[in-house]
Amino acid sequence: MARARNPRCTVRSGGRHLDAYGASFLAVTIAALLAVLFTIAAPNAIADKHDKTAQSSPDAIAADSKFKGHLPITELTEDQAVLHALNRLAYGPRSGDAERIRQMGLEKWIDQQLHPDSIDDSALDKRLEKYPTLNMPARELLDRFPPPRLAAKRAGETLEEYKQQMVEKRRAAPAQTMAQTMDAGDDNSDRAQQQLAKMQGPNRIIAELSMAKIDRAVYSQRQLEAVMEDFWFNHFNVFANKGADKWMLTAYVRDTIRPHTMGKFQDLLTATAKSPAMLFFLDNWQSVDPVAFKDHQEEIAMRRARYQGIFGGGFPPSPGTFPDPNSRFPQAQGTARPKQQDRGLNENYGREVMELHTVGVDAGYTQQDVIEMARCLTGWTVREPRRDPDFVFRPEFHAEGKKVVMGHTFNYGGEKDGEEALKMLANDPHTAKFISTELARHFVSDTPPPALVDRMTREYMATGGDIRSVMKTMIYSPEFWSKQTYRAKVKTPFELVASTARALNADVAIPLPLAQWVGRMGEPLFLCQPPTGYSDKAETWVNTGALLNRLNFALAFSSGHLAGTNVDLGAIFGPDASKDPEMALTRSLDLFLGGQIEPPTRQILESRLNDPQILQARLDDPVKLVNEGLLSGLVLGTPEFQRR
Amino acid sequence: MNISRRYFLKNGGIAMLGMASLPSFLQRAVAATAGTNKKKMVVLFQRGAMDGLNVVVPFAEPNYYRLRPTIAIPEPRHGGADAAIDLDGFFCLHPSLQPLQPLFQKGQLAIVQAVGSPDPSRSHFDAQDFMESGTPGVKSTDDGWLNRALQSMPEEQASPFRAVAFGPYLPRTLAGTAPAVAIPDLKQFKMYGPQQTVEAGFEAMYAQTVDQAMRGVGQETFEAIDQLKKINPDSYAPENAADYPTSRFGKSLMEIAELFKADLGLEVAFLDSGGWDHHVNEGGVQGQLSNFLRDLGQGIAAFHQDMGDRMQDVVFVSMSEFGRTARENGNRGTDHGHANCMFLMGGDIKGGKVYTRWPGMNDGQLYEGRDLAVTTDYRSVLGEIMTKHLGGGNLKSVFPGFANDPRQFLGVLKS
Repeated sequence: MARARNPRCTVRSGGRHLDAYGASFLAVTIAALLAVLFTIAAPNAIADKHDKTAQSSPDAIAADSKFKGHLPITELTEDQAVLHALNRLAYGPRSGDAERIRQMGLEKWIDQQLHPDSIDDSALDKRLEKYPTLNMPARELLDRFPPPRLAAKRAGETLEEYKQQMVEKRRAAPAQTMAQTMDAGDDNSDRAQQQLAKMQGPNRIIAELSMAKIDRAVYSQRQLEAVMEDFWFNHFNVFANKGADKWMLTAYVRDTIRPHTMGKFQDLLTATAKSPAMLFFLDNWQSVDPVAFKDHQEEIAMRRARYQGIFGGGFPPSPGTFPDPNSRFPQAQGTARPKQQDRGLNENYGREVMELHTVGVDAGYTQQDVIEMARCLTGWTVREPRRDPDFVFRPEFHAEGKKVVMGHTFNYGGEKDGEEALKMLANDPHTAKFISTELARHFVSDTPPPALVDRMTREYMATGGDIRSVMKTMIYSPEFWSKQTYRAKVKTPFELVASTARALNADVAIPLPLAQWVGRMGEPLFLCQPPTGYSDKAETWVNTGALLNRLNFALAFSSGHLAGTNVDLGAIFGPDASKDPEMALTRSLDLFLGGQIEPPTRQILESRLNDPQILQARLDDPVKLVNEGLLSGLVLGTPEFQRR
Repeated sequence: MNISRRYFLKNGGIAMLGMASLPSFLQRAVAATAGTNKKKMVVLFQRGAMDGLNVVVPFAEPNYYRLRPTIAIPEPRHGGADAAIDLDGFFCLHPSLQPLQPLFQKGQLAIVQAVGSPDPSRSHFDAQDFMESGTPGVKSTDDGWLNRALQSMPEEQASPFRAVAFGPYLPRTLAGTAPAVAIPDLKQFKMYGPQQTVEAGFEAMYAQTVDQAMRGVGQETFEAIDQLKKINPDSYAPENAADYPTSRFGKSLMEIAELFKADLGLEVAFLDSGGWDHHVNEGGVQGQLSNFLRDLGQGIAAFHQDMGDRMQDVVFVSMSEFGRTARENGNRGTDHGHANCMFLMGGDIKGGKVYTRWPGMNDGQLYEGRDLAVTTDYRSVLGEIMTKHLGGGNLKSVFPGFANDPRQFLGVLKS
């Protein structure tokens, strides 16, 4: 690219010249002239590069086929293809990634990513050891981070007293950590430590879960698995701040979503349907068949009468005493339930499982189908959300008899009604199309080509909803590698944060501040309230407020102002870039954007290289130094970096 | 023109490439103080489907108590500190909306009941989409009704703040070709770092990019940053002892009042609030919905208080994607239903009245046997605001496919 850079140096000095005279006519003339020059120079530069990689010598063909194998890449250069793969199937390039892929071959890299178990990820596992909550079952989390009411009771305090204590504890925490880390004297890490120390009580759980999610995206070698985990969590979204869900999400991510990211969709669907997190979030745990419930109530009343008859006492059994220590129907915690309460069906999950998780809203189902689906799933509940948060099927709440959903009859009885209904949904052609569309929307473009979706849908149907096969069909389609697809997606805030950390090769010691930035940009992790999950379309993420936050984030991160992270640009740019702004720019473009930048953006960046803030003079030193942090911030804030 | 603009023009010599004259957005920024005396509008979207029947309660409708044995709001005559507020002998206001009572009495606040979108969808996502696009049942509409309203009242020199959404996203309601900005936090709406370098650098970069979507949003962002330098959000103090709730809703309303008062050309403000989806333990006088309503009532009242006489030029209107089942469900909550209520407030509102064509609530009268029927199309209410308050716009282009006949208006606004 050296040839292309020279004329642009003239542009810059020309610009300064103009300032002095302020002659705008001259500016336009020179600019136009340079524009002509540039358009002549640029294609040559690109052609130069292209020639080197794609010469038609036998060697080059061999290299080419080793590189891409059977991948239908025809429109992208090798550099672009590598960048594209890293942007779509991973969280962006990290220093050294591109070379590794070139050496190993793109097809092989993709094959590995499609089989995450074949990739060693022990470095990440080691990193995650600092979050003890990740491996705890929900019951242990409840025990260690009890809800305020329970914690107060345990401590023999009123709820108010307990809450006051927590406030004080939170206030005192930063001072304590400050004392502990005095020796380190690292301001950046201190600030993050203080923020983390404030996360006491149940909030700690979601804080650790969020930090682990960032670590995984930034550091995991199983990049595609991390991307798919995010995709599926969002598809089966659960809101952490709904009641007991904050104790259930750790297990939900770990045991429900992650093991199924590339398996059969039906297994994933059933796992979510039986997960306490989803049962609680979409209220199915409370949904009962009114008739079955009434019968059951009567039976209990009868038993109670018999009991009282035997023992002759006037006291009804209270929880925790003989004869029925484990009250057998779900109780809403913390609310006194009036006696003889009639209970019944709750449509919430029955509707969303069809609309959002499987067939989609246009599949032609009716209100009656929603009700029947909910009936199939009656009795699917949680033992006790805040005490014993496990899935349990309670036959006494299940609607027995015939249920018809979308023309299919379910009359197996018991838990099997729900299982078969979910199986029907998972294997419905509408689901195949809906899931294929969503995958293609995430990995290809906001408006995926119909032919591609059709191909994926057929693969879904042919393989019984095998996610890995559908992904493979997508990746082996020319549409995935087309010019239209290249950089067609706008990064979500989470993708932006992860890819920035990777680009900067940042040392993320405490990811909490990064997670908070994701929230500030509009995507607070695990806190999407509607069951739809976050939007996967550009228009949501491209707006004024979001853009401003993105730019500020880039500047803060690359300038080393972001708590809990350290950035050593000198190490990745090399010592010779520190005094040479041109070189610093070239290095940052190569590292962050694989050298792929549109000419107008590059021009603006080059026009800034002599800005006194970028090339800084210091007292008593004739040699000016490049402010690599600020320059990198500008590169990370380019329109090009907002896309993947 | 302020310093950073001049700096950008001077130093971005190369950025002038292809620009023959002063760019239009700069012209607009120069004249951004236009429009200060115009009529203004605040739109609230309550996401999740508020249970309108427990908000504006038809206490004289016997079926109401029959259908809601555990969550119904008792009749106002029961008295007590948390008694419901009798509005007209048929409807009463949920007791948590106490702060709205004086506004209703003064004729500043009106309510429309049994209103909504005619589309039968009970999907939050679709129903919100339809309500916001202004084209119920049509999924292919690209833009939102409020953006089309702005398009149909074009302004040569509109301020970058003509339309603002207070939150992290630009809502569907404001999507479209008319410029609109999203402001998640007024206090933080500025660039950090050496200002001349980063602002001029990014501004030029986004002005020149081949990426069209990014170019548009970049232009709006930098205009907004520039204009906001005129005010100091950190030192804002509400007037008339207005007491905003500390919630996001309260904070957004306060920022709206602040921007109105700053005369930056704000005409249309949008905000939303989530979490109205109470399938379980909705509560009655106390409980989940009650807590949400306390925030709502307090916020609206504080906004009215803070705005003072300026409220003469403002109309506030609320909406929610659909109502909830007339019958409570098996978990002392309510499922997705149909008609809901809307609040309207401001100087042009003929308040102190509940406007409704009451559909009744016996089994035969309920929509599909379960929900309150929609007897007023929400587009008719919005059409009336456009016609009588904003004073213009092309109703046919704002609500295509809907015969918005002024003779069908409820008469909620002074003509």
